[in-house]
Amino acid sequence: MNLRRRTLLGATAAVAAVGATTACSAKPGGSGGSAVTGDTIKVGVNYELSGAVATYGQASVDGITMAIDEINAAGGVNGKKLEIISYDNKSDAAEATTLANKLFTQDNVLVGMGPATSGNFKAIIPVANKNGVPVVSGSATADDVTWDGSTVQEYAFRICFNDSFQGTIMAKFAAENLGASSAVIIKDNSNDYSKGLADAFTTEFENQGGTIVTSEAYVAGDTDFNTILTRIKGQSFDVIYLPGYYSEAGLIIKQARDLGITAPFLGGDGFDSPTLLELAGASALNDVYFTNHYSSIDEDPTVQDFIKAFKEAKGAEPSAFNALGYDVGKFVADAISRASELTGDAVQKAMAETKGFVGVTGTFDMDEHHNPVKTILVIGLKDGVQDSSEKVG
Amino acid sequence: MKTLKPMFWRALPFIVAYVVVLALISAGVINDYIFAIIVTICINIILAASLNLVTGFTGQFSLGHAGFMALGAYTCALITMHFDSVFGFALGILGGAVVSALVGALVGLPTLRLRGDYLAIATLGMAEIIRVILLNLGITNGAAGLSGIPQYADWNWVFGLTAVTLIVLWNYIRSSHGRRAIAVREDEIAAEAIGINTTAVKVQAFTIGAFFAGIGGGLYATYFYVIKPDQFGFLKSIDILVIVVLGGLGSLSGTVVAAIVLALVSTVLADFSDIRMIIYSLILVLIMIFRPGGLMGSKEITDTVLGKVFRRKEAKA
Repeated sequence: MNLRRRTLLGATAAVAAVGATTACSAKPGGSGGSAVTGDTIKVGVNYELSGAVATYGQASVDGITMAIDEINAAGGVNGKKLEIISYDNKSDAAEATTLANKLFTQDNVLVGMGPATSGNFKAIIPVANKNGVPVVSGSATADDVTWDGSTVQEYAFRICFNDSFQGTIMAKFAAENLGASSAVIIKDNSNDYSKGLADAFTTEFENQGGTIVTSEAYVAGDTDFNTILTRIKGQSFDVIYLPGYYSEAGLIIKQARDLGITAPFLGGDGFDSPTLLELAGASALNDVYFTNHYSSIDEDPTVQDFIKAFKEAKGAEPSAFNALGYDVGKFVADAISRASELTGDAVQKAMAETKGFVGVTGTFDMDEHHNPVKTILVIGLKDGVQDSSEKVG
Repeated sequence: MKTLKPMFWRALPFIVAYVVVLALISAGVINDYIFAIIVTICINIILAASLNLVTGFTGQFSLGHAGFMALGAYTCALITMHFDSVFGFALGILGGAVVSALVGALVGLPTLRLRGDYLAIATLGMAEIIRVILLNLGITNGAAGLSGIPQYADWNWVFGLTAVTLIVLWNYIRSSHGRRAIAVREDEIAAEAIGINTTAVKVQAFTIGAFFAGIGGGLYATYFYVIKPDQFGFLKSIDILVIVVLGGLGSLSGTVVAAIVLALVSTVLADFSDIRMIIYSLILVLIMIFRPGGLMGSKEITDTVLGKVFRRKEAKA
């Protein structure tokens, strides 16, 4: 009896500790009233500020607040200031749905922003459609988010390209720019993002006349990849496609280079983190290419202005999530300014009709499936720093 | 008539809860957000009450409840997506509960011979196996999970399933089966000595617990549109366990109270998201320090002053 009680107490204390460590910062929100009261327009932020993918949510919200602050400082949208109402969905789909209900039926926001990940974004889309509130995500890249092949989610938009586009472009890049005719794939089997990229890469690479020599898989959280890499080493191939997140990719690249594998590594936007350099080390990060939303060495003035402003405001180099968040904020303000009236339907219409929107992550039109038509960047690393960036697509 | 009146008094809290919420919904006081919180509370009550049967009443420490919830959620989602109608949804809820109960019985037979910490590890492993299988099956759509699950869970469904769960569990615990389960909790050797087949009792409780966890999972899937394997990880099991421990091991009404209290605390704190988890965790720690047995201990509402009033009414009737 005593032992049982002690175990339970221990378990409870452990949970409490976990809860406390995942807690993190966010702006408190207001409540009540309608979307447009006097001189302010309410916009909702529903992001992952704590929990498993808190880094994405926080980075996105940093970008969004910076964009909204800039807009308000410049006089707002059509003379009205934008007011952010922000909630933390704890990286949980059910919580995201509950908070979406709160934003759309209690706080009555005009537009919703976030969540950052595809799964959580998909969870709030039915709520948005039901209440007629347009929602925008800057980083929900799964293929079927806004269009599942037959129906368009009426009120859902995104401003990032989808996963299969990344795989396709990288296959083209491998075949045309690197002259590769054979490739090895190493993917994360526990991750739909990784699998989606790998599938798209395979299809396009074979279309280009290339062959996939072998396909290896790991599971997120693995740290020793020598078995996979030794198996690969004995084969002949031109490039390695590694669609995964930086935490494993960094280790894989390091261990591969240690084993003497010199073939180029190709990846997706999951590589975009300073942690990649920390894990792999500068000397291992040569001949590494990845597709991304934006590059800090892009000489476009929009990009350079953003980087400069971000450094001043936050004191750090912006990541792709910061840039995407910033574009979400600007995109929402742009749509509100073009809307015929301040209602969800009018803003939804304005978003769907977007043409030539200029953002940090590229200039785009919105297509009929609510996906942006935009270019992609292929970034090359030399000694761990971005050395080349090329617009493709 | 004499037997009907006490039943009326017992059913009264259910009737009041049902009618009040229904009236507030039609009056427009309860918007979608408040309703979402009420649904969360009801799902948590179903999950925690079923875990309480296993952990609180039978004394078997299980860390795998999220696994059964996942089975219920996926089965219900797949059936509802295939037969997109209220009938399909009803079938889905039932199917999820049955699948979950079958797996519960299958897993329970070998693992319930273990005790204490060993059982906790075994059930934890079982939940992980379920999660990894869901992650790798084609029909469950792997890591991306299922989305676009039709929503049929209105107040009638949510309330009905919660009420059925509580009434069935309440009566089970007060049946001879339930008393055997409590005997196993109090002293397994003594229970065995008086002729109770302890393994059968434990497997029975475990199976029933899994059955209702399946129902909770089914409701979760249909109300929140999207399910992914990572929603049913170790932390979900802990979340459910927290409600049980906080309410009191071996107190169904305690579970109900704890589920409501935790949801309210979480809701009030949503406006202070930067310190929310700190305060939430602090509340848990404080309750455990000052009420180590949980809010209700192993007592029920009917054992308190409120219950005495009820009993007097019942006796008169």
